[in-house]
Amino acid sequence: MEPELTVDVQNVTRRFGDITALSELDLAIPKGAITCLLGPNGAGKTTAIRMITGALGPDVGTSRVFGMDPAGPDGEEVRRRCGVVSAKPSLYDRLNGWDNLRYAAELYGIGRGDAADKRIREAAAVFAIETSLDHKVGGYSTGMKTRLALARSILHDPDLLLLDEPTSGLDPESALAVLELIRGMTSDGQTVLMCTHLLLEAEGLADEIVVMQAGTSLKAGRPKDLTKDYWPTQQVKISSTLPEGLDALAGHEQVIAYEREGDSAIVDMDSHDSIPALVAALSARNVPISGVIPLSPSLEDLYFAIRREHGSVEGELAPPGGSSGRPVRIDMASAPSSAAA
Amino acid sequence: MNWNRTLTVARTDLKQLIQARDFWGPMVVLGALFFVILPTILLTMITQIGTVGSLNQISETLEVLPADVQEQVQGSSPEGRTGYALAVFLFAPVAVIVPLTISTAVGAATIVGEREKGTGEFLANSPADVKEIYVGKLIASLLPGYMTTAIGFGMYSVVVNLTVGPEVGGWFFPTAQWWVMILWVLPPFLAICLSLVLRLSAKVQSTAAAQQASGLISLPLIMLAYGQATGVLLGAGWVPLVLGAVAWGVALLSLQRGVRSVTRSRLLGVAGGI
Repeated sequence: MEPELTVDVQNVTRRFGDITALSELDLAIPKGAITCLLGPNGAGKTTAIRMITGALGPDVGTSRVFGMDPAGPDGEEVRRRCGVVSAKPSLYDRLNGWDNLRYAAELYGIGRGDAADKRIREAAAVFAIETSLDHKVGGYSTGMKTRLALARSILHDPDLLLLDEPTSGLDPESALAVLELIRGMTSDGQTVLMCTHLLLEAEGLADEIVVMQAGTSLKAGRPKDLTKDYWPTQQVKISSTLPEGLDALAGHEQVIAYEREGDSAIVDMDSHDSIPALVAALSARNVPISGVIPLSPSLEDLYFAIRREHGSVEGELAPPGGSSGRPVRIDMASAPSSAAA
Repeated sequence: MNWNRTLTVARTDLKQLIQARDFWGPMVVLGALFFVILPTILLTMITQIGTVGSLNQISETLEVLPADVQEQVQGSSPEGRTGYALAVFLFAPVAVIVPLTISTAVGAATIVGEREKGTGEFLANSPADVKEIYVGKLIASLLPGYMTTAIGFGMYSVVVNLTVGPEVGGWFFPTAQWWVMILWVLPPFLAICLSLVLRLSAKVQSTAAAQQASGLISLPLIMLAYGQATGVLLGAGWVPLVLGAVAWGVALLSLQRGVRSVTRSRLLGVAGGI
């Protein structure tokens, strides 16, 4: 059964003069999931977010959000149900935190008065910014501004949260708190779309990823499924003080490929579930084992594998765990850049 | 159109303006200079310590005013007649210059300012309609100039009546024509200028460019001030009434067209939308 989509963008192209910011972009954001838009600067991630809120309309293609056209007459309703944190916090420096949040509360239909103030206090408390609300935003640190922008984005309890580099400028503790909050939101049924170029941040958070380049989607799907496409087998690195003994694994029925280098061997198999059987086989032959490390491709490995496949970066396909295991040389200078925002 | 949101936009802009002492500080000085300090000094000099020679020179200058305007000049002494003419016909154009200066300064920065500060992104992604944003910003630009005029005009009236009043038989300002000017003629002219200034503000790349260009747009109000100074608008009773009616019509059309200049892509400052 196909998942219900909160955002369904099909074949959207958007140009700014000679610059093509989005080119035949397809985006399917499932309801209640965290989708991460990954890509280098200028890949079109910010334009995609603006397209989703209807702040920009497509030149070609269709865009549906909650089943409505955000650039059409239903745009107001779409934007009312979206919470947006842009790459720059987009706050009024001359006003204090209260006034910034009250402005949003009124524009998003929460209204004024005690009920609105209570909601503001709650949202501010989520990001530990409530004690600074009386101060002018111009005096806030970058991290405080980001937290205030985050508080503003959840003020009206949006169904879709659009976050453009939300942890930019945050200290590690605050960044972690934000990521935890994002995870918490989807458990309440909300949908999150997050743009980032910090792959570590997306790792473990993204239910779905979309890798973008030059305004188009190179690949989209669940990280686990995409990983399977690029690395059909799984690997384990086994080390021993008697490395020759490891060669016994070469003929093991569950081993697909075997390669020994130094005191370690890299073993390919269908699944990591085979590891206990391999360890048992070595033990039966009295081969001393000094280390067993299952190698799993990180999101970074996957990201570069996808970009490499499309010629965006040079180099060989990294082995699983390439970024943490074997270093992979990637020539970033060859990566094309786009002028899109 | 949602008026709550419109007024929210206006209120927020005004709040920011109040916080910007570096903006309203000079504006207060400007208002005080034109409405209080200069009239006090000049009218006091003319009515209290004016020499016969200089008064005669000014009186001769006043002969350039239309005949029906000259008939309105009150006072029996040369000091009184000169003071009256200066207060009603020559100094009073500041009532046009000051709101114009203040409102164009506010209006020129209002949309391009959102873009420059990055807050245009917030507005563009918000549920507020562009029409609500436009009207909200128009109100926020209009009010400071017009409020300054209302307060300054009140203070100017006191100054004029205290300095020239004793020479012409009591308090005389504002005259009936001036009420028409302030309440009927000035607002639409201000609205016309602001609708053009806001259009500029939406289209240009920087606040500095908007302020430069808004100088040209203020020409209609400068002409209005000139008309006042030469007594044309304060002469025959029907002239300001007709002029005001025409100005209101043009203002409404101009405001209506101005709405189209504010788009979400311009709030974002993306290339194709400029």
